[in-house]
Amino acid sequence: MAGPLHASVRAQMSEVFTLDVSVDLPPGITILFGASGSGKSTLLRAIAGLARPDAGRIAIGDRVLFDTATGVDLPPQARRVGYVFQQLALFPHFTVRGNLEYGVAALPPAERTRRVEEVARRFHIDRLMERRPARLSGGERQRVALARALVTDPDLLLLDEPLSALDYATQSRIIEDLRAWNAAHGIPVLYVTHAHREVFALGERCVVLDHGRVLAVGTPHEVIDLPAHETIAQIAGFENLFTATVTARRPSNGVMQCRLGESLSELEVPLGMADVGGSVRLAIRAGDILLAVEEPRGLSARNVLRGTLTSLTREGPTVSARVDAGEPFIVHLTPGAVEALHLMVPMPVWLVLKTHSCRVVSL
Amino acid sequence: MSGIDWQAVGLSLRLAAIVDVILLVVGVPIAWWLAFRRRPWTFLVESVVALPLVLPPTVLGFYVLVAMGPRSPLGRVWEAMAGGPLAFTFEALVIASVVYSLPFVVQPVASAFRQIDPALGEASSTLGASPWRTFVRITLPLAREGIMAGAVLGFAHTLGEFGVVLMVGGNLPGVTRTVSIAIYDQVQALQVEAANRTALLMLLFSLAALAVVYGPLRRASHVTPQA
Repeated sequence: MAGPLHASVRAQMSEVFTLDVSVDLPPGITILFGASGSGKSTLLRAIAGLARPDAGRIAIGDRVLFDTATGVDLPPQARRVGYVFQQLALFPHFTVRGNLEYGVAALPPAERTRRVEEVARRFHIDRLMERRPARLSGGERQRVALARALVTDPDLLLLDEPLSALDYATQSRIIEDLRAWNAAHGIPVLYVTHAHREVFALGERCVVLDHGRVLAVGTPHEVIDLPAHETIAQIAGFENLFTATVTARRPSNGVMQCRLGESLSELEVPLGMADVGGSVRLAIRAGDILLAVEEPRGLSARNVLRGTLTSLTREGPTVSARVDAGEPFIVHLTPGAVEALHLMVPMPVWLVLKTHSCRVVSL
Repeated sequence: MSGIDWQAVGLSLRLAAIVDVILLVVGVPIAWWLAFRRRPWTFLVESVVALPLVLPPTVLGFYVLVAMGPRSPLGRVWEAMAGGPLAFTFEALVIASVVYSLPFVVQPVASAFRQIDPALGEASSTLGASPWRTFVRITLPLAREGIMAGAVLGFAHTLGEFGVVLMVGGNLPGVTRTVSIAIYDQVQALQVEAANRTALLMLLFSLAALAVVYGPLRRASHVTPQA
């Protein structure tokens, strides 16, 4: 057991952008979540010793890797930090076996072979050992990159968006293998992504980075599903963000009534801190909104808004509908629903929103 | 094959082989430094290395000659150690040829180094490899084609040089008379037949060397050793 990671890092990235974060990660998988350019990769490179921060301290348990106060700055090869690169960086001139053996070359041959074959079995690449990377599928390459980093028995594993190019099923299977591996080894794993889907598949903990600062730390549910902050709502995939005015508060029911923008549309939302007349920001997922072609009745949902369907756009397996209901809403539908409802542009529609699908976020 | 100056042919091949080995020993580190350790003034080093590409060989030969003369520091050190002057010896030819052919090795090798994904070197270091091990196991094998090309170009260029040899080595049979000078001599002496044979020999040899690099060697470089 290697112990938790502490990293406080300051690095001037450009004249206007400074990375300034402090994180403490216990063993287990932590998601580092943020838009591109938020400083995620820089933080990873600093921890691995591939980039030199201006100031800070990085330690795994009692082992100090970098400390400007005492002048410690271990080179990458002495840090025992596993790193899986976004582009994987498999050695093209070695076979899978050669790639796996590279990091354990100093071990006696028998021990080396045992370690390589064990990790190959765990990541289900034991039948690919004599192949070169060019002859592997995308998912197989990811597995080799992961196995290559872990065969060295590192004290910490860093993953820089390694799975973002894969389909969901392949991703989940690799994540399962990683989980199983770490159940036995218990090292801190820092997993960088900007895809919120991966946050839920992986994360026990989640650190949100924005413009070089830590914005929030918590479980994926706390941080992403109940975003306290507009920036998080945006990067977490809340397609609808509105300014609204509080028109009434009903604390006994735990709700309040808000008017959207300049429109007459009102929504019942969870009770927030704002007073009547005060202004709030609402975040609503496009997939959390129902669309009806007749005025719906007898629903438990408290919010029904009348609007006009203004466009339908196919985006892969979903159809994105734009509805003008005082404010422009984005609603996600399945192609089957579009057909069944005979949706056409323009036509009158009704939007149905549950109270708790509307998140009150701060700016 | 009468008329061919076999002594000159042998001298040229020996010169090119020795120079090529020195070129690789000197040129590969320079190329590595140019590719991976860029400083704001790196362009100056690049310019100096590339100078022989644009300078007339006689200009280069003249300066090398001056640098080797008995009044120069290099010339004095050499005289003290070897007991004779440096200029117009085989060793002088080697030194001049190394300078003259350096860009033909450094440029292809540096460009091969630059084409290697930097993440491969970083991955190697996070897997515990020292910079030296990364260089030997990752950088060198992946730059193989560029190094091969540099070696052949350096060899062929040394074989074919004329101006620098004439300035620095003169025309001493068995010591500094290379093939290109032998051909020049034969033409001057109106031995066109002999010059023709010698020239044809050089042409075929150069063609064969290049064909080996562009053919079998390049294909072989895809079959690389395992870890």
